[in-house]
Amino acid sequence: MIALAPSARAELAEAAAVKGRSLWEDARGRLFRNKAAVASLLVLGFLVVLAIFGPMLWPHDYATIYRDRVGIAPTFENLHIFGTDAQGRDLFVRTLIGLRVSLAVGVIATGVALVIGVIWGATAGYLGGRVDNVMMRIVDIMYSLPYIFFVILLMVTFGKQLVLIFVAIGAVEWLTMARIVRGQTISLRRKEFVEAAEAAGVRGPVIIRRHILPNVLGPVVVYATLTVPVIILAESFLSFLGLGVQEPLTSLGKLISNGADDMYKPWMLLFPSIVMMITLLAFNFIGDGLRDAIDPKDR
Amino acid sequence: MLRYALRRLLIAIPTLFVIITIAFFMMRVAPGSPFAMDRQLPPQIEANVRAAYGLDRPLIAQYGDYLSKVVRGDLGPSLKYRDKSVADIIVEGLPVSATIGFCALALALAVGVTLGVLAALRQNRPADFSVMAVAMIGISIPTFVTGPLLALAFGVQLGWLPSGGLDRGRMTLATLALPVITLALPQIAIVSRLMRASMIEVIRSNYVRTARAKGLSATRVIVRHTLRAALLPLVSYMGPALAGLMTGSLIVEQVFQLPGIGRQFVIGALQRDYTVVMGVVILYASLIMLMNLIADLLYGVLDPKVKYS
Amino acid sequence: MTTPRAAIAAMVLPMALAACGGGGDGPGDDSAVLYRGNTAEPFSLDPHQASGVWENNIISDMIIGLYQDDAAGEPIPGMATGYEVSEDGLAWTFTLREAEWSDGVPVTAQDFVFSMRRILDPATIAQYASLLYGIKNAEAVNKGQLAPEELGVSAPDDRTLVIELEYPAPYLPSLLTHYTTYPVPAHVVEEYGSRWIQPENAVFNGPYLLEEWRSNAFVHLVRNPNFYEAETICFDEVYYYPTTDANAAVRRVRAGELDLNTSFPGQQVEELEEQLPGFVHVYPYLNTVYYAPYMPEAPWDDVRVRRALSMSLDRQFMVDEILRTGQRPTSTLVPPGIANYEGVEQADWWDEDMDTRREEARQLLMEAGFGPDNPLAFEFTYRNSGNNPRVAPVVQQNWEAIADWVQVSISGIEVQIQYDNLRTGNFEVGDAGWVADYNDAQNYLYLLESRTGSMNYGRYSNPEYDALIAESNRELDPERRSNLLARAERMMLDDVAIIPMWNDTSRNLVDPEITGWEDNVSDKHRTRFLCRPGLEPGGPAAAE
Repeated sequence: MIALAPSARAELAEAAAVKGRSLWEDARGRLFRNKAAVASLLVLGFLVVLAIFGPMLWPHDYATIYRDRVGIAPTFENLHIFGTDAQGRDLFVRTLIGLRVSLAVGVIATGVALVIGVIWGATAGYLGGRVDNVMMRIVDIMYSLPYIFFVILLMVTFGKQLVLIFVAIGAVEWLTMARIVRGQTISLRRKEFVEAAEAAGVRGPVIIRRHILPNVLGPVVVYATLTVPVIILAESFLSFLGLGVQEPLTSLGKLISNGADDMYKPWMLLFPSIVMMITLLAFNFIGDGLRDAIDPKDR
Repeated sequence: MLRYALRRLLIAIPTLFVIITIAFFMMRVAPGSPFAMDRQLPPQIEANVRAAYGLDRPLIAQYGDYLSKVVRGDLGPSLKYRDKSVADIIVEGLPVSATIGFCALALALAVGVTLGVLAALRQNRPADFSVMAVAMIGISIPTFVTGPLLALAFGVQLGWLPSGGLDRGRMTLATLALPVITLALPQIAIVSRLMRASMIEVIRSNYVRTARAKGLSATRVIVRHTLRAALLPLVSYMGPALAGLMTGSLIVEQVFQLPGIGRQFVIGALQRDYTVVMGVVILYASLIMLMNLIADLLYGVLDPKVKYS
Repeated sequence: MTTPRAAIAAMVLPMALAACGGGGDGPGDDSAVLYRGNTAEPFSLDPHQASGVWENNIISDMIIGLYQDDAAGEPIPGMATGYEVSEDGLAWTFTLREAEWSDGVPVTAQDFVFSMRRILDPATIAQYASLLYGIKNAEAVNKGQLAPEELGVSAPDDRTLVIELEYPAPYLPSLLTHYTTYPVPAHVVEEYGSRWIQPENAVFNGPYLLEEWRSNAFVHLVRNPNFYEAETICFDEVYYYPTTDANAAVRRVRAGELDLNTSFPGQQVEELEEQLPGFVHVYPYLNTVYYAPYMPEAPWDDVRVRRALSMSLDRQFMVDEILRTGQRPTSTLVPPGIANYEGVEQADWWDEDMDTRREEARQLLMEAGFGPDNPLAFEFTYRNSGNNPRVAPVVQQNWEAIADWVQVSISGIEVQIQYDNLRTGNFEVGDAGWVADYNDAQNYLYLLESRTGSMNYGRYSNPEYDALIAESNRELDPERRSNLLARAERMMLDDVAIIPMWNDTSRNLVDPEITGWEDNVSDKHRTRFLCRPGLEPGGPAAAE
């Protein structure tokens, strides 16, 4: 579910949920034959390295204000290759910092969703019966919360801390994950190897950990990959409403919304937008590629 | 089916109760007060103001008051807009938000389904790739970038359409065009991807192959057999789509200066207008539940296999 | 059996799309309509409930007080034709003109008495009543200690109004242009209570009437044929739009959908001057932005620390490069252009260059005991609105440039919370601003009086200062009064009770076709003085 921002995940949740076989070898081969996915992997890898190490190596600091270079267009003089922002700070290094923050928000919030969703879904699916009923009813109820409103309320209530953004968005995104994992778990439960383990007296948590979780990994990975761009978009959306990260830290969304305020200095809007688009495209292509690789029926 | 619907509606009541409770206490825990402003009130006067709105009573008592009022359909007065009640504000804003959302959804379905079917029928050919590339880009650009760009291009540079606001309060085709398109773009992208995937799956299914083998014309097969089955995943997407539209409408209403409820909510939350925030949350929660119910019922109409018990 | 379902599905979509395509009538000739972009949605149009500049803009098109603002924002007689002041300056007797409410009922002195009692009555819970505490017994009435009838306002007859004051206030005519002093129609308010302001009930004595008010969409006014100078009014109708998003508002001005707007993003000023030639109006404004240190707590109780922070801020850079619309950097509180006031000099460090100032600041902080072993670490909180988020990183950098043992974190906070924190003392150094309620220095300097309480954010407490202000309140001679106020301001600034930053400017976009617009320090522009070439004053009635 796409509570926060629109995405194509309903489709893959569905497709991924159909089959979760562990034919990892095959899958990898298929993934590497998918040109878009491979290219995206390379691009994303490059961006991640750039976001982590770029700011350390770049001659400018992201918070340094250059008094005499406010809002200058991209130039190789002094190495302002993306120009400077409205306060005279180097936009290239700020874009890298923004990318770092956005990626961190995306990945960590997805991690939060993953952990909650997988535990919740696997427990419900494995135990079944009344417990399953209650747990899934809770998920149903939470589905009908107007989520974006709650995220805004959360930000308003507890202030704009980076950690909170992870938690708020992650806590919203685990629902679909729980549903997928539960569906998978139910079908796996009836499989012979699970029944055999049960007959042998293996305890429930061990069965979940050893037999169920490895087998639901496929759809979960696909779903997680496609959740990251949704969360990055959600964060940018909060930034636009003035609820994002605090200055002098920044995020891609914040840079873009600042850039949109300065329409006449298009580089302030253009570069962060392009970086954000490339990042999101890469995640989406990788997610699509993964899905096709794990569930080759479509191609 | 009627019993199923009734049961769902009954479940909605405790759900709403939980939502109201969470929202109520979250709003009250938030720092700041609706009466804080640069002109500070003398303490005695502020005490009077708080008493007038019942805010001086224990939180639990206020909560009880609020619940009993809501049950009677009274959402209370706005704490910031002295001349209006929450009901006034919703009645004025809902038509705008609903119209934009409804039109955007309709547009997204019409365009998205067409593109998706086209891409599926031309699978792995240039038409397919270009549709999917556009769809990818559609879900990778935030609404708050496309909105201002569209307004600049069509509103300011070309002057074809108004760049914001309503025509003296009336919703006309011209004033709604840009906001609706902005709101629909990401949904078009999602719908077309969804449609393409399920269409491909159906085309390969046995009954369609059988129908083809029996010599039915391609068009007939598509319209009669394929499309209906392929629409199913789309129906279950309606709930999430609504959530996406609500999120988008917060942005679109701000970018295009439209008097909808989404904007009202954001302003209300920032100004600590407790009652307005609560009213909007209750409204949207009810709407989402209603839409999910309709989607499920529709699913049953379209898919004879589904039985409601 | 499959056909109907498929058919339904296939038909729903086009129908839905068609429903969205409902056309509207194109706009007719609207040259006699003025479209004003107006900052924000009014919280109330009842003058006794309003509190914002944007509300004032609308209300003052509908109601005329004893005095009113002319096109240049100067007080001119409104419902009053003149006044006499008693010798001690405490009793003002106003003579009222013959005028009618829009339903034909005469406007009387009793309406004013009713209105002033109403706003000060605790039951009205008016948020802004404290502005009238200069009127005799007003504070006691407002706090419920005296009955509203005890208020020092009386009406000997229909055309005579007497206002008694607690202390002489030479700025009274200016204060009487403020909406808190506006009359409301007693006969309508008595009938409808707080719903008197709904369009179907309301009557007014000003040039325009409230036709319709749609939340967050617009407020629609139409001309009042009963207005006492109706024959001078140009525009038949006015629409006020709440233009909360300045960028969207600029687009609407560029697209010709708004004739004027109350703001534009300062960073775009050069491009706007090019693209909208003649539209851009920038003018000094009676507003000071300042930062308040919370002085009850260390280290802010040390004047050296406060002085160091104040002098190390590069205001010129902020104004030139970030704000960019003629703001005036300052180290004083009362803005220039204020009436009845001579003003004070800038601080002694004002003309030194930044390096000298930083060095001096470092010395001061070291004297105060800070250094590499005892870093000065604190948080600067700012209102997350307008230009503040753009300036805050510069403030942070300026302070951190004093020495590497000065560590500043900055935090943008929603306006409502920031004011709440300021009021409750929950801040270290906080950003605030003040717009004049009425054109007098006292309106700024009372902020630092110890009796002002929570609005004295830094809790400045100096008996000598309080004594000077009290003395100025009793002083009848304008020159001596001005001198007393200036001495007080100098004293407060030498104590660095606040860190003044800049005086803001008003920024308007005005279609050059509109005539009658005069920039002024109060930034008040009543619709009744605006016109468009080709429009006949007096409207359709006059043309017959």
